[in-house]
Amino acid sequence: MRNLASLLFAAGLAFLLLVIASELGFGDPALLIGGDILAQAPDEVGATNIVTAVLLGYRGIDTLGELSILFAAATAAGLVLVGGRGAKTPKVDPPGGFILRTGADLLFPLLLVVGLYIIVHGHLTPGGGFQGGVILAAAFFVLVLARPGADGSGGMNHTAIAFIEGLAGAGFIALGLWSLWDKGNFLQPMLGQGVFGTLLSAGTLPLLSMAVGLKVGAELAGLMTQLAEQPADAADCSDPNPANPKDKADNQTEATHR
Amino acid sequence: MQADLVTWIALLVVIVVLVSAVLVLTLENLIGAVAVSGVVSLGVAVLFVLLHAPDVAMTEAAVGAGLSGVVLALGLRRLGLWRLESSPEVTEHDLSARPSASVRGEDRNA
Amino acid sequence: MIALSFETVVITCAIGLLIIGALGLVLSSNLFRMLLALVVAEAGVNLLLVLAGYRGGAAAPILGVQDAAMPMVDPIPQVLVLTAIVIGVGVQALAVSVLLKIHQTYGTLDIRVLREHLELDIARTAGITPAGSREEPAGGRPLPPPIPATVSASTKAPTKAPIKALAKESAEPSLSSKESAQ
Repeated sequence: MRNLASLLFAAGLAFLLLVIASELGFGDPALLIGGDILAQAPDEVGATNIVTAVLLGYRGIDTLGELSILFAAATAAGLVLVGGRGAKTPKVDPPGGFILRTGADLLFPLLLVVGLYIIVHGHLTPGGGFQGGVILAAAFFVLVLARPGADGSGGMNHTAIAFIEGLAGAGFIALGLWSLWDKGNFLQPMLGQGVFGTLLSAGTLPLLSMAVGLKVGAELAGLMTQLAEQPADAADCSDPNPANPKDKADNQTEATHR
Repeated sequence: MQADLVTWIALLVVIVVLVSAVLVLTLENLIGAVAVSGVVSLGVAVLFVLLHAPDVAMTEAAVGAGLSGVVLALGLRRLGLWRLESSPEVTEHDLSARPSASVRGEDRNA
Repeated sequence: MIALSFETVVITCAIGLLIIGALGLVLSSNLFRMLLALVVAEAGVNLLLVLAGYRGGAAAPILGVQDAAMPMVDPIPQVLVLTAIVIGVGVQALAVSVLLKIHQTYGTLDIRVLREHLELDIARTAGITPAGSREEPAGGRPLPPPIPATVSASTKAPTKAPIKALAKESAEPSLSSKESAQ
């Protein structure tokens, strides 16, 4: 009975989506707002990458909303996870093998440079704060994976991470308030347009990209380290007498077979 | 069926993506399901490139295939639903038998 | 034969991913697999949104790589999808944390077993006897078959007592209150 209801639901959803697909003229959009933005963005904002111009220039407040949603999710995950630590001695992962440790040592400076490059050049080439921030988070987390250390945190200082994240978020809002005080509109791009196509163009857009990138990078790195610090389960690799892997697989089969 | 090269490449990627999406739901091994969800994200990132959206493709590749897979795999480790291949007994036995076993799993001399 | 155009192929992929994700969400019994189905559905939705702004024969919305007269695809859906992808990963991280907490508390991720635990917990917190108690069914009807021992015994030892002990524990206050009322 449950299967029949599920299939009916899927069939109804498919019908709805197919009707939408046939009505909407895919391949020839109306471009009501997009056309105007494509025409005006190079002169008004001065950025070559129009997507970043819209993200940070025209719709900066939506980006502020996204940053606050990420902040709420990371804080909530941190609150949920903190109860698991410290109760008993956590069995953490062993240090990574030779390939992982060497690879992490080689990759860390490269990832750092690539991440910072993508953040800073967000208004010129495809990229921006979010992409570069994710690469920065991966750069710092690879080190934690390679050498977890005695308590699983791999030497990552949660206080410093929180400090960087808070400072970057406050910097974003401070830039917006400065625009509000100076020009009367919150988060309006300031400092003129500069020379089109160079690094120092598009006003405050590189500064906003930097704030977004640092905030997202610090947040995600801290979140993943908190996940990695959770005490390992009893049936994990560090257990000297591991349970037979057959009945774990049987449970999974039994639980997921319909 | 006259269609240009881009459409054929898109058709190939779409077939890989749809098969992987079905595999996500039917694989019993959960860590395999997490790996296949990374394949779905990578395929969708290639489709974004074909749709002339490079920003979105970069974000989807970095976030979907990288960060999301790592977060899900870390959760699986802590749930105990995925164990490393070498438990301590196996490593010691293999160390005496084969010299190349020390690079697998735990590095005892580190 | 349906014309094999580029948009048709990609719209099929987007709708297919969305349907597969929705079906997985409804049909799966393990919470982790529900999360994976949600990941697949999110990818399908983002693809559908970016496809809505696609213009055939146009170029990416980055100036300087093509001549200025060439038309460009719509940048607005790309901005929205950029936001949506990053929020999606934040929500997945939060969901994994909640799943870890559920596993630490109840010892299982099967929604059928979790539903029983949850009903008993809610009834115990409210101080009432749970509905459909397996020890004291209403009206003197025959007892329902017990929950199969393989499901609850094969998970690791949960921090709370198994279901039968909880039901017995909540049935006993009702027995003692009946005796004191007589």
